[in-house]
Amino acid sequence: MCRIKERLIHGLFFLNGFFVVIILLGIFSLLVFTSIPAFKEINIIEFLFSAVWNPDAYVKHSYGILAMIVSTFMVTVGALVIAFPLGIATAAYLSDVAGQRTREIAKPVVEILAGIPSVVIGFLGIVMVGPLIAKIFHLHNGLNAVNGSVLLAVMALPTIISISEDALNSVPVSYEEASLALGATPWQTIVRVKIPAAVSGIIAACMLGMGRAIGETMTVLMATGCAPAMPESFLGPVRTMTSTIAIELGEVPYNTTHYYALFGVGLVLFIITFLVNMTADIVLHKHEKIVK
Amino acid sequence: MTVKMKTHITSRTQGVSNKIVDENKENIVKISVKDFNFYYEKSQALKNINLKIKENTVVGIIGPSGCGKSTFLRCFNRMNDMISGIKYEGAICIDGKNIFDKELDIVDLRRNIGMVFQKSNPFPKTIFENVAYGLRINGIRNKEYISEKVSRSLRNAALWDEVKDRLNQSAFSLSGGQQQRLCIARALAVEPEVLLLDEPASALDPIATAKVEELIHELKKKYTIIIVTHNMQQAARVSDYTAFFMMGELVEHDLTSKIFTKPSKKITEDYITGRFG
Amino acid sequence: MKKRQITQVLGFNFLRLCIALVILILAVILYDIVSKGMGQISWEFLTSMPKDGMTKGGIFPAIIGTFFVTVITALLSIPLGMGCAIYLNEYSKKGKITRLIRMSIRNLSGVPSIVYGLFGVVLFVQLLHLSTSILSAGLTLGLMTLPWTITASEEALKNVPQYYRDGAQALGATKWQAIRTNVLPYAVPGMLTGTILGLSRAAGETAPILFTGAAFYLPFLPRSLSDQFMALPYHLYVMATQHHAIEKVRPIAYGTALVLIVLIFCMNFFAIFIRYKLRKVRIK
Repeated sequence: MCRIKERLIHGLFFLNGFFVVIILLGIFSLLVFTSIPAFKEINIIEFLFSAVWNPDAYVKHSYGILAMIVSTFMVTVGALVIAFPLGIATAAYLSDVAGQRTREIAKPVVEILAGIPSVVIGFLGIVMVGPLIAKIFHLHNGLNAVNGSVLLAVMALPTIISISEDALNSVPVSYEEASLALGATPWQTIVRVKIPAAVSGIIAACMLGMGRAIGETMTVLMATGCAPAMPESFLGPVRTMTSTIAIELGEVPYNTTHYYALFGVGLVLFIITFLVNMTADIVLHKHEKIVK
Repeated sequence: MTVKMKTHITSRTQGVSNKIVDENKENIVKISVKDFNFYYEKSQALKNINLKIKENTVVGIIGPSGCGKSTFLRCFNRMNDMISGIKYEGAICIDGKNIFDKELDIVDLRRNIGMVFQKSNPFPKTIFENVAYGLRINGIRNKEYISEKVSRSLRNAALWDEVKDRLNQSAFSLSGGQQQRLCIARALAVEPEVLLLDEPASALDPIATAKVEELIHELKKKYTIIIVTHNMQQAARVSDYTAFFMMGELVEHDLTSKIFTKPSKKITEDYITGRFG
Repeated sequence: MKKRQITQVLGFNFLRLCIALVILILAVILYDIVSKGMGQISWEFLTSMPKDGMTKGGIFPAIIGTFFVTVITALLSIPLGMGCAIYLNEYSKKGKITRLIRMSIRNLSGVPSIVYGLFGVVLFVQLLHLSTSILSAGLTLGLMTLPWTITASEEALKNVPQYYRDGAQALGATKWQAIRTNVLPYAVPGMLTGTILGLSRAAGETAPILFTGAAFYLPFLPRSLSDQFMALPYHLYVMATQHHAIEKVRPIAYGTALVLIVLIFCMNFFAIFIRYKLRKVRIK
């Protein structure tokens, strides 16, 4: 009796644990199944490699997402260019240089920053960063790729800082001691010993930050101007995959080609972030092995 | 040379001689281990162990670290079951019943066999609740019965006088030695017949150790006790029988007085005289 | 000074500059929102409906909507997340299935929030016919927070020493008894803290609720779980980009942003408070 009950409980917890696998598979398969009808009408090559997205055209609808993919990567790369050095420097400072007091201030700062909703950051992109960019570059308005990059950098920073810091902290003390004992300065030790030893962890941190930036919706939706065309420069408006879905899905009727095509965009987005996160995961695993 | 060694033995085993086990007294065999093998994944941790343990005796298990003595102890209440990739062969019979029998309820087994761990491990509850824990999980609700049982267990564990006025304080407020005796009391409360002690005094100071050893002497009257110890003087002081393990094998098992004075195997003698280990 | 000492001083100062910049970013964000949103906050702003085409009045329905959605999110995410964490930390053995589960959790936490929105539309709104409602939106957010809940709960379980389990089982407790009486009581505060932190993030999310139930404007409060709702983050989005008189409603947008941030901070403080409070009880 007692044993049956125990088995039952074990079984229930197993089902509960396995539920997450079902969700992940469910997300993937629903995206696939909902986007399949779209490809009855749209050539999949055209979908991926055409830059013209014009579902509302009278004569010929076109569903090409290349411009969105390029926009997404432009904004993301811009964000990483800002967040990567800033994040790693901050992590290095926190793990190796900062005193107890600085750390006590900085830790909550990073946590609070991570807790600010993306819609608030996007709002600030409109009211604060946008006008600033417009002033600096003498533009009509500041809603463009640079704006999006700056905001995404802010959003990716907490991820990059906290994971890089973990990576740096997991470098064995013996490395540091060996370096210092050879007469290296603390600065040399950080730059030549600790950062190289933690490099795979740091790369993983940046990839996770990148994953977040690619999938981020509200900030880019609000701050990048959202013109559905191939981006011309960092100072022009761009429209990412996420913002396209956000703008259009609310307005199209269910079960139309346009609707299915938007799920196709979601599927591409899912696959890209999945690959980025998996790579980060593998790299992070490698880091753990090396450190051990 | 021989003379020198003999004196060495006696000096390390003082106290053995004045403890007399009545060999004529016919104790019933409580536990018998037959052709017992134990494997972790692919490596064999215990090899072909045969051993009989009589009721109301104390068996000391000694041997160098990693010889399998703690693993062996944890077989008696099947605590090793929690580790994945283990395998048993052979039998351990308690009162004639094989504990690896498929019909046997592992929970009943553990209720019948108390265990005290190497590091004292009180739960983060009050002193009272620690001792009452085993009763409560057995579904006992009667308050009077529980409090009666708790006080008797604490008395049996020679802790009552020290804690009777502070039963509602956290168990962590006790000293290390008191915590260990509390763990013994906790094990006693569920009325086991066999007690397994896994190096119960390894983390204690000499005074606390003496108290625990004294307690083991008392407990022997009611329980069958198996104690793993690193400390040979301790084995000599508390156990009636001693089993010497090495590399997963039971090298020798005999009366403590015999093992410590006239071991029949050379390797036992080497270990006891401190040549290795 | 030697050359390498100069390098070191310059290097350290560069790092200091970076961290100062990070702190400055947060300070600017908070200063801007607090200074400009503060003037908007009043009892009326918090407790009244929007008026005159949302150019006046308060944000009460948005507060209520966010509250109800977060409750649904919690109801889905807390039991499922804790159960999964218990399975992983207490029952699972090393093997392919466990690896698969862990991999799924890590990947779920990386799925973009808008993709959760798409999933919610198909599963809850279309397939399960829950319509665009509080329920659909709450369940979507619940799935999104699941990986965070699991990770936080497992962390809390890991912090309970192994001997609590061994000791209880050696006394004859069954596995579940040991978990229930001697592991969970000490892990629950940590689990709750982590979970509430996750919920606070969910409360600020917009993308997953865009198509699953959030409404631009509703003249009444939601009456049941199958009604649409207004939510703080979506309201801020609307006020910032979709309103016909954007410049005119800026103050309302600032006020909404401030309320949203304060709400999230309150949830965080509450989480930390629970951990602190329950830990104290336990040690006694």
